[in-house]
Amino acid sequence: MAENRRETGQVVKIDASGVFYRQLNARLRDAVSNGAQRIELKNVYGQRYIGSDLDRPVEIDIFGTPGNDLGVFMDGPKITVHGNAQDGCGNTMNNGEIVVHGHAGDIIGLSARGGKIFVREDVGYRAGIHMKEYRDKKAVVVVGGTAQDFLGEYMAGGILILLGLNLGEGQHHKANFVGTGMHGGVIYLRGSIEGYQLGKEVGVAEPEEEDYQILQKFVSEFASHFGYEAERILKHRFIKLFPLWIRPYGRLYAY
Amino acid sequence: MKTYLPPKFLIERDPERCIQCQVCINQCTFDANYYDAEDDEVRSRDKNCIGCHRCVLFCPTDALTIRRNPLDYRENYNWRPEVIEDVIKQAETGGVLLTGMGNDKGYRIYWDHLVLNASQVTNPSIDPLREPMELTTYLGRKPDRVELSQDTVGLKTELTPQVKIEVPVLFTAMSYGAVSLNVHESLARAATEMGTLWNTGEGGLHPNLYKYGSNTIVQVASGRFGVHPGYLDTAGVIEIKIGQGAKPGIGGHLPGEKVSAEVSTTRMIPQGTDALSPAPQHDIYSIEDLAQLVYALKEATNYTKPVAVKIAAVHNSAAIASGMVRAGADIVVLDGLRGATGAAPKIIRDNVGIPIEMALASVDTRLRQEGIRNQASVVISGGIRNSGDVAKAVALGADAVYIGTAALVALGCTLCQQCHTGKCPWGICTTDLALTKRVNPEIGARRLANLLRGWSLELKDILGGMGINALESLRGNRLHLRGVGLTDTELEILGVRMAGS
Repeated sequence: MAENRRETGQVVKIDASGVFYRQLNARLRDAVSNGAQRIELKNVYGQRYIGSDLDRPVEIDIFGTPGNDLGVFMDGPKITVHGNAQDGCGNTMNNGEIVVHGHAGDIIGLSARGGKIFVREDVGYRAGIHMKEYRDKKAVVVVGGTAQDFLGEYMAGGILILLGLNLGEGQHHKANFVGTGMHGGVIYLRGSIEGYQLGKEVGVAEPEEEDYQILQKFVSEFASHFGYEAERILKHRFIKLFPLWIRPYGRLYAY
Repeated sequence: MKTYLPPKFLIERDPERCIQCQVCINQCTFDANYYDAEDDEVRSRDKNCIGCHRCVLFCPTDALTIRRNPLDYRENYNWRPEVIEDVIKQAETGGVLLTGMGNDKGYRIYWDHLVLNASQVTNPSIDPLREPMELTTYLGRKPDRVELSQDTVGLKTELTPQVKIEVPVLFTAMSYGAVSLNVHESLARAATEMGTLWNTGEGGLHPNLYKYGSNTIVQVASGRFGVHPGYLDTAGVIEIKIGQGAKPGIGGHLPGEKVSAEVSTTRMIPQGTDALSPAPQHDIYSIEDLAQLVYALKEATNYTKPVAVKIAAVHNSAAIASGMVRAGADIVVLDGLRGATGAAPKIIRDNVGIPIEMALASVDTRLRQEGIRNQASVVISGGIRNSGDVAKAVALGADAVYIGTAALVALGCTLCQQCHTGKCPWGICTTDLALTKRVNPEIGARRLANLLRGWSLELKDILGGMGINALESLRGNRLHLRGVGLTDTELEILGVRMAGS
C-alpha cells in the first residue's frame, strides 16, 4: 500500500483500491495531521465515512464511488467526487463542502447544520431531511437534477435548491410528500410541482428580491462547479416552499 | 367550557399554625395557593393542586397538608377514576394526553418477586467493613480470548476502549431542555466525584460542563441536536438512542417555548423553534444501517471510545440486541416499561414495552447462547429503585444499571408527573430560570453522591453476605436468585429457580 502513496509538497495521492475504509480513513487522518492541503483518492470503491474526523480544511478529490456517509460529522474539508455518491452524504455535517459530479443517494445532508452540498444530477429519497441552521451556520444543498419523495422532510433550517435541469419540456418534479413536517428553512424549486405533491405543512410563494439574491449566490456556485451558465438557469421560473408554522405539532396535545 | 374534572387533592391549612407568610404562594407553580386581599388571608385553590408537596415542605410552621380528594365514584373496577378523568380531559381538549415520569400502572414488578442468596455454614460470609470489596466495572467490548505477552507481563491482545466505573450505577439520559442546567451540573459533578458516568440525553452538552467530559455519555439521537465533533470528542462514551422505555417507537417534540437562549446553544438550533426528534433515525432502517452509524461514530472519534446503543425493551429485544452487538455496539442499553420521561403520550407510556427484568434476562440468555455476551456490556434502566434492584439486575446479567427517577427523587422530585408542563415546582424538569434556581448544583451533587455512596455500601453488604468479594462474581450468576410467587413460564424466562428448590 505504501508504495501507492506519493507525496508531492502538500498534495497527497492515495490509491484506494483494495483498502478497507478504516485503513483509508486512518491514512487521511495522518495525511491531514502531517499538513496535507490536498488529497487525491484514486480507485475509490464504496469506502465509507471519507472526510470524517478531519479537523482542518483540506481538499479531497475522490475518483470512483465513495461509500455511504461521505463527510459524516464533517467539520471543514472540501470534497469533490468525480463520480456518484451514495447514501448519507453530508450526514450531520457541521462545516465544509461536498461537490458531486454525478448522482447522490438517499438522505443526503441528513441533519446537516452547516456546510454545502452540490450534486450535479439527481438525488434519492429524503434529501435534506431535518437540515438545520444555527447562528452563522446554515446548511445548503443544491441539486442539479430532481429528487425522490420526502425532499426536505422535517426540515428545520437551511436552504434546499432543486434545479431540475434534466427535466424535459413540460415535465414536473415527481417527488411526493415534499417538505412533510417542515418547520424551518426554505426550499427553492426550479420547474413545476403540483399541490398534492407537497406536505401539508408547506406553503408556496413566489420568490422575492432577497430570495433571488440567495438563488443568485448558490446557483452561481453550482454553475461554477459544473460549468453551467448561472444566468441561463436563473432565467427560469422558481417557486419558494416555506413552512407554514414553526410549531407544526403545537396543537396535538391536551395537556 | 366548564370542566367536569374534580380536584385531585385537597390542601388543608391549619389556621392555628398559618402565619400568613405566603411562602406557599411563592413556592407553588400551579397557583394552588393565593392571597385574598379583601379578606387579607392566604387561601387555596384545590383544583390546581398537583400533589407535589413543595408547599408542605417549605411551610415554616408546618401548617399545610395535602390529602387525596376522597370524592369517591361508585365502585367500578373497569371505570376507575383515572380512566374516567382521562376521557373527560380528552372530551374537553381533543388532544393526545401527555404525561411525565414512568409507567405508574400495576404491572408486575419482578424485582419484588426475586430474592437474593446469602452464605450460611457451608461457605463464610465476608464483612465488607474489614475486607476489600470490589464494585469496579469496565464497560466496553471484551475480547474472545486474551493472550499474555511473555516479556512485558502485559496483555498482547489489543483491547478495544474500556470505561472504568467505580460503582455500577450510572445516571441515565435526561436532556438539557427537559431538565435544567443545574440538574445537568449536579449529575455531572456527582458522577465525577463517585467515578461513574452521567448522560447528556439528546439535547447536547452545555459548554460549562465540557470539563466533566470523561465522565459523560453523550447521546446521538434522531434529532442529532448539538452533535458536532467537539461534543463527540469530549465524551467518555457515545450512546446512540434508538428508543426509550417510556415511549418506544415514538419521537419527541421539545416545544419552542422551552428552547430558551441557553437551550438553543446546546441543541444548536434557533431559539424558540420546536426541537422535533423524528420517531426513527432516518439513516437507520436495519441492523446494517445501525452498524453504519456505530462505525461512523467510531470513525469520527478514531476508535477511542465505546459506542453504546440504547433501545426500549420490546417483544423482540433479544434478537435485536444480538443484531446490535453484531453491528458493533460496545454497550447494549435496555430501557424497560417503567422507564421515565420528561414528556410522552400517556397511552404509550402506560401500554407499550415490556418489563426490564424480562428483557434483561432474555437478552443476556440470548447473547450467551450465541457466544457473544463478552462482545458488549449490558446496561439496563427503567425502574431501578434501590441497591437491592441493582444487585438483582447484576445477578440477572447486567453489567451496570442506569438510574433516572431515583436520581431525580434525590434532587427533590416527588413524582407528581407534571414534567411535560415545564412548571416543575422542584425546579428540576423546567427551563424557567426562576424555577431552575431551586436546584443548587452543589447541594444537588452532594445529594446524588450521597445516594450512590449509600447504595455502594449496601451492595458491598449484599455481596459480603453471599461470600463474594467482587461484583464481577455476581454478574450473570442467577443461582444467587430465587423466585417467589412466579409462574413456571416467568421462572423459565428469568432463568431463575423457585425459592425452596
